[in-house]
Amino acid sequence: MSSSGYRRSREGPVRHRTLWFWIFVGPFAAGLGLFTYVPLLWSLYLSFFDAHNTVSPTHFIGLGNYTSMLSDGAFTSSLWTFAVFSLFIVPATYVLSLALALMVNRLRFAQSFFRSVFFLPAACSYVVASMIWKLSIFNGVRFGLANTVLGWFGADQTAWLSTTHPPWYWLVIVTLRLWLQAGFYMVLFLAGLQRIAPQLYEAAAVDGARPGWQVFRHITFPQLRATSVAVVLLLVINAFQAFDEFYNLLSDSRGYPPYARPPLVYLYYTALGQGQNLGLGSAGAVILALIIAVVTIVQARWFGLGRTED
Amino acid sequence: MTISRRRLLATSGSLALTGALAAACGSNTGRDDGSSGGNGPTLQQWYHQYGEAGTEQAVRRYAAAYRKATVKIQWRPGNYDQQTAAALLSSSGPDVFEVNGPTLDQIQGGQVTDLTDLFDGVKNDFNQAVLAPKTHDGKIWGIPQTIDTQLLYYRKSLLKDANVQPPQTLDELVDAAKTLTDKKVKGLFLGNDGGAGVLGGTPLYAAGLSLVTEDGKTGFDDPAAARTLAKFHRLYADKSLLLGAPADWSDPSAFVQGLTAMQWCGLWALPAVKKALGDDFGVLPFPKDGAAGKPSVPVGAYSSAVSAHSKHRAEAKEFAQWLWIERTSYQEDFALSYGFHIPARISLAKKAAKLREGAAADAVRYATDSGWAQPLLWTPACQVAYQDALNRIIKDGANPETEVKAVVRKTNGELQRVQKKS
Repeated sequence: MSSSGYRRSREGPVRHRTLWFWIFVGPFAAGLGLFTYVPLLWSLYLSFFDAHNTVSPTHFIGLGNYTSMLSDGAFTSSLWTFAVFSLFIVPATYVLSLALALMVNRLRFAQSFFRSVFFLPAACSYVVASMIWKLSIFNGVRFGLANTVLGWFGADQTAWLSTTHPPWYWLVIVTLRLWLQAGFYMVLFLAGLQRIAPQLYEAAAVDGARPGWQVFRHITFPQLRATSVAVVLLLVINAFQAFDEFYNLLSDSRGYPPYARPPLVYLYYTALGQGQNLGLGSAGAVILALIIAVVTIVQARWFGLGRTED
Repeated sequence: MTISRRRLLATSGSLALTGALAAACGSNTGRDDGSSGGNGPTLQQWYHQYGEAGTEQAVRRYAAAYRKATVKIQWRPGNYDQQTAAALLSSSGPDVFEVNGPTLDQIQGGQVTDLTDLFDGVKNDFNQAVLAPKTHDGKIWGIPQTIDTQLLYYRKSLLKDANVQPPQTLDELVDAAKTLTDKKVKGLFLGNDGGAGVLGGTPLYAAGLSLVTEDGKTGFDDPAAARTLAKFHRLYADKSLLLGAPADWSDPSAFVQGLTAMQWCGLWALPAVKKALGDDFGVLPFPKDGAAGKPSVPVGAYSSAVSAHSKHRAEAKEFAQWLWIERTSYQEDFALSYGFHIPARISLAKKAAKLREGAAADAVRYATDSGWAQPLLWTPACQVAYQDALNRIIKDGANPETEVKAVVRKTNGELQRVQKKS
């Protein structure tokens, strides 16, 4: 083979590799740019304009939409709702899924069965689960499951989703979410538990560590650090994305009650509802994105995300 | 025979292309798409998904009967208002569409076409209460199709057993609801949120006030508003309200199943209630409150509008006129053959046999005498502020004066904003 022939055969595949790279990656990159980055930038642009019923506004209003949104009681209360929800649901799910994992991990028989039992709800859709919770278990009339059981003890009917004092609707939302997602995070913790070297426990036993809380605190929990970071991150993201259960449990054709309206829902109605105030909705989306970014950065620093292990 | 990869790709590619071309050319699928065989342009007409069986077939039949254009029906499930609002931003949306409006922003944004000239000679035959919110700056922007209204249904036997008269005032309603409540039955059902969503401005109109006055001012900057709204917290605190029913206010299930003695519901529920309870029910307007009060019945109408971005605006207007103004038999059929609504034309509502007696006749009378429609200037932002305030008053016992003042401030700002654009 001549040297020039050799060069051609070497350059050819390289050229083809580049071509094939763009054939495979190009459409997805174009899609990402067109459907994600362009709308993001356009939304940022719209947030500085009076954009009622238009995506091509002409009336620049500077930070007007931002000040309107931040002084809007409905939006700020929705941020508060979300903050309360996240502050509660993240630790609650974390503790429950870790407890389930520790329990299942200790089982000497039927471990697979219980693992499946706890995991199965993760396969159920939020919409279906919400309907079951709303219509069968926690409806407010006498034949709802919860009211029937309480009725055996002489309790009055409770309107679970309509009572604000005490806020029973949180019980419905939180139990639904815990039922749906605790099993999934339990599986992650189980994987983490099974990665812990048994020698560590043996060494601890030799050193006189008492089984139970002492071993959990000094061996198990520190060894689950990487899993915990992943679980908390996923939980926070999921909490930020909360929509389905709020929508299906609490909305009706006229909208949402003010006490349980997530910010995403409010922005959805502002920008895409009958108001079609795309400028105001965009400003709200930017504010929410900034809040999420700050929370994520603080959380990443807190957990030492990306820091090399000592 | 062996097939090379290249040949396989080429063959499947050409098959896919052929299929795509066939689909794009509108190959005959054997399904009746309800489009007319007219010679003119092709018009896209959008409807939201009605729950009433037969409605879709009916509108496809109307479209098929039109000869001057080919009318393609799109029956759209899901969040219809959001879909149309988004579609109106471009020319790829509908030519003719029904809309729960059009909204002021859609009119001011130049998204819908002026239809005033279609009403020549027939304007006075339309229910003026529902025509008013379709009118802005003296121009009409939508043709009301059918009228929907809401009423207070009450169970005659339960009221008689409790020695309660059908309530004529809000105070009587509050007392009646309390008397009618026992371990198994609640006195009143205003929706699972206690009425904050569905009642809207109804209590204000019952107190002799309004959401927005005719000259474009806030219509409830008055102590009577707080006084009236405070009575809803009494209903809640007395535990007279049914809350958490499996079906919400728009469905008569709670009423016909005996979970409540009275329910605020739509006229559309009347056939189902009659079928379940026979003559053991009556309907009332929302009762008046205070010396200046009067009975109040909310009315509303989906209307037919023409997109300003349509390439066939003139043809679309002509079709809308043909369907919703000239073809009165279609309007009556659409209102009463599938669901139960009042035709928007007064002459049709008067002669419709199904609306001539019993509770239906009462409902038509209430809608005509006491009907109010949400004003065009009442923006979604006003609605959210008002609904949230009402929610807090009902459930949290929030101070009505403070809450109403906050809504008045919001409404004043919104009215200033929208009227500046006019």
